[in-house]
Amino acid sequence: MGQRVNAPGAPMLAPKDFKSDYKPVWCPGCGDYSVLSAITKALAMLALKPENVAVVSGIGCSSRIPAYTTCYGFHGVHGRALPVATGLKAARPDLTVLVASGDGDGYSIGGNHFLHACRRNLDLTYIVMDNHVYGMTKGQPSPTTEPDWSSKLAPGGTGLREFHPLVIALASGANFIARAYSGDPNGCAALIAEAVRHPGFSFVEVLSPCVTFRPEQREWKTMVHPAPVAATDDPGRAARRLMTDDGFNVGVLYKGKRPAYARANGGNQTVEALACQFRA
Amino acid sequence: MPVPSLEDFMARAYAMELEANERYAQFAEQLDTHNNREVAQMFRKLAAVEALHAKRILEEMGWPSMPALPPAYAWETLEAPETAAFDELHYLMQPMHALEIALKCEQQAQKYFEDIAAGDVPPAVKQAALEMADEEREHVQLIRDWMKRVPQPRPNWDEDPDPPRVTE
Amino acid sequence: MDALGSVSVALAGSGGAGVMTAGNMLLEAASHAGYYGLMTRTSGPQIRGGEAAAMLRISTFPGDGQDDAFHVLAAIDWQNVARFAAELPLAPASLILGDPAAGEPPEVFTKSGARYAPVPLKVTAAEIAGAWPNMVALGVLAGIIGLPAASLEAAARKAMKKGLEPGIAAAQRGYALAAQLPALRLAPPPARSDRWLITGNEAAGYGALRGGVRFVAAYPITPATELLEYLAPALAKVGGTLVQAEDELASINMALGASYGGVPSLTATSGPGLSLMIESLGLGVAAEVPVVVVDVMRTGPSTGIATKSEQADLGTALYGLHGDAPHVVVAPNSLEDCLAATEWAVGLAEALQVPAIVLSDQYLGQARGVVDAPALGSAAVARLTAQGGEGYRRYALTPAGVSPMAIPGTPGATYTADGLEHNERGTPSSQASDHAAQMDKRARKLAQLDPGEAWASVEGEGDTALVTFGSCTGPAREALARNGKGVKLVSLRLLAPAQPERLKKALAGVKRVLVLEQNHSGQFLRYLRAEYDLPGEVKSLRRPGPLPFRPAEIQHALAQWGSA
Repeated sequence: MGQRVNAPGAPMLAPKDFKSDYKPVWCPGCGDYSVLSAITKALAMLALKPENVAVVSGIGCSSRIPAYTTCYGFHGVHGRALPVATGLKAARPDLTVLVASGDGDGYSIGGNHFLHACRRNLDLTYIVMDNHVYGMTKGQPSPTTEPDWSSKLAPGGTGLREFHPLVIALASGANFIARAYSGDPNGCAALIAEAVRHPGFSFVEVLSPCVTFRPEQREWKTMVHPAPVAATDDPGRAARRLMTDDGFNVGVLYKGKRPAYARANGGNQTVEALACQFRA
Repeated sequence: MPVPSLEDFMARAYAMELEANERYAQFAEQLDTHNNREVAQMFRKLAAVEALHAKRILEEMGWPSMPALPPAYAWETLEAPETAAFDELHYLMQPMHALEIALKCEQQAQKYFEDIAAGDVPPAVKQAALEMADEEREHVQLIRDWMKRVPQPRPNWDEDPDPPRVTE
Repeated sequence: MDALGSVSVALAGSGGAGVMTAGNMLLEAASHAGYYGLMTRTSGPQIRGGEAAAMLRISTFPGDGQDDAFHVLAAIDWQNVARFAAELPLAPASLILGDPAAGEPPEVFTKSGARYAPVPLKVTAAEIAGAWPNMVALGVLAGIIGLPAASLEAAARKAMKKGLEPGIAAAQRGYALAAQLPALRLAPPPARSDRWLITGNEAAGYGALRGGVRFVAAYPITPATELLEYLAPALAKVGGTLVQAEDELASINMALGASYGGVPSLTATSGPGLSLMIESLGLGVAAEVPVVVVDVMRTGPSTGIATKSEQADLGTALYGLHGDAPHVVVAPNSLEDCLAATEWAVGLAEALQVPAIVLSDQYLGQARGVVDAPALGSAAVARLTAQGGEGYRRYALTPAGVSPMAIPGTPGATYTADGLEHNERGTPSSQASDHAAQMDKRARKLAQLDPGEAWASVEGEGDTALVTFGSCTGPAREALARNGKGVKLVSLRLLAPAQPERLKKALAGVKRVLVLEQNHSGQFLRYLRAEYDLPGEVKSLRRPGPLPFRPAEIQHALAQWGSA
């Protein structure tokens, strides 16, 4: 994959070595704490060095993650984490690039980028913390919110069916699709590590409860269960499984075999030489 | 739940104590950030207890200061039996709530060790598991005593007259 | 009659007529013969089959402006060509050439008093198997201009991949037909010198590469697409990367991501795309990530007239960013300056760790010209980078305002680039003191910029000043070259940060200022009034696109003041 790993014999880093001393502002009880923990565990498992990892995000609760790590971080504008990560990875294929997002940032304002990042299949790991709500703007419905969830902005519910990120990822060409649960940071860490190892665009949807605006999501812990069958590499079977599962199947659900996006240029001409074509 | 050796058992116990310690420390940090100093302090104390316990395991086993990484065990629960779940925290929580969390964790730990001791394990593991279960039982009692010394949470303790804030 | 310093000819026709191909060959032939030249184009909205006109000016002097009128309008057919009448001004002395088989020229052209001469293009072409009327027209035009037949043939050999021999034969027939038509008497070519044949978009693309750009994110938009299409293979040759983005929101953010990774980055767009990129340009300012956006302006607002020029994105480029967001805006003021200005913009972006907008326009971008070989600058400007170490502060409050930037991969210097306000370490902060300090730092970088002579082209002396920017500079220069006594030209190249002290010095002793720009509301005038003190009486000469200014209009406006 061309990614840098620790030299053999170099001291292994612990998860805490990937955690910065800047304190998260998430609400106590928020699933995102756990996802942060899972990311740091995954990076330790992968024996990466913080300076060779970039964590890119947009705007929202989940997108605060970069600064909470000791990796290189980029906290950009709302919805545009994937393009930033795409540019970074295309220009610097040697880096391990993780992208953090939420259901509002990633599926609504950044929805178009999601489709095209899946399709482009760069070797990125896209971690979306899905809590079915806009938390940072105080509880508006997001693309994954249930149609009957009532809120100030949509009294009585939106009446709109939920967006199905995993199916969309599959249809758009993502090469690895997993669902994780924040309440299981170790399992989540293992899934993230596997996603990083898998070539191409890896999508990890993390069910990450919002205890402030969706306290009922604490019940998710009783609803999640390991995916009953191993990941398939057949998109047709994966589509059927993703379309019909209960939304709480946790594990790797699809592992594709598409080659990752690779740039096909290693030109070494000088810029001066390019002037020839203009000479009259 | 095969536990083939004393080393294996103690490594598990160590990982369990360490994770419990880390989680309490994280809780303390979160509540500090959210200005609930009293409960933060309580979690710091609980973290210290678990750290001590972990340290004792190292000493007993004669292991060097710290294994680089605790072995990753697939616990039968989502996390280690003594680790409090992230979502149990609330920014307005009272000391009693912290102790309720701790009580549950100690009870789970006790049961975990009892289950190992009751299983088909080598005598040395059985012996160690019973000792650990006893220790956890003591902790359970300690927490219960502690609970008698803190006030009952006032009714509607989680009510906040202000709505959540918009930050971005 | 004296020999002409330049001749202007237009070749029009509808789809399939091949007027652009013939126009390009005429430009090549002129170049081969030792002349300078310029070709601009206009076309209908159809993707295929629409009416189009190639507009050429062949001259003994360099320049990228159009003349007051065309000496010759040649048409292969007249279908809808009348739509371009405003872009194809004729004079009583002009000549209209048309194929009698295609009917009479429209009244909108003949009312100029221009003489009509029928030329049997179709019939002549039909005499040669595999020949096209556009090649006959090419021969006719080359003939009446007086270009050597050898140049015509050389141009055809260079350009034609198929039908070469019949094409050359047809051009020769046309060339012979010209003997019966009035000749244009173009002066002999100037002494040979190093010349380039290039479009403004290519020049900007090449300038970007010279400036060090090695990552480009591309989303197609007229009239910037050719810039991106030039860069796709060119970047690959020098080991760079181009990614086609899903939209402009993506392209600007991809460029920011790549630049954050240490690779100088660029994207090119036009007005609607610039509007989409604006939010993220603010991010580039706040996070101090260098990036260059070339805006090849077209008429707006909205889709406007997407294929035609206007200088109406000035306000957006200067003031469109949210918050107080100091950044760089550079405007090339000639076709070949697209190279130097873009290269300079890359250097400024890299040196100041700031977004830079290059305001080109459709006229400069899509014009193809024979220009003096540009003087190429020295090595690309390197970004100030950090080597890491204890206590690294990405946004350290340095006296220069520029702080060393750690490139991912550098140990001991990890930080988070953030659009949130932050302290020196890069940690988000909502403290008034951090905001003030970082705002001061970001402003300081630009305030301390010393652009040297590059800030503007200042030409001539006088107590009247003609102040302009961008593609209006060409016709302004020509107006003053004709009769510029007492008039000083100031064409701004660095629009932001504004250089009030420099303009004040340049305008010392000036009593009248004529502000020239191509937009409806006078955006440049308002900018000048906001950022500078203009001496004496100020007048505005402006109109929206798509019609370019012609030198006589500018001369006329100055004459009303009695200065020229």
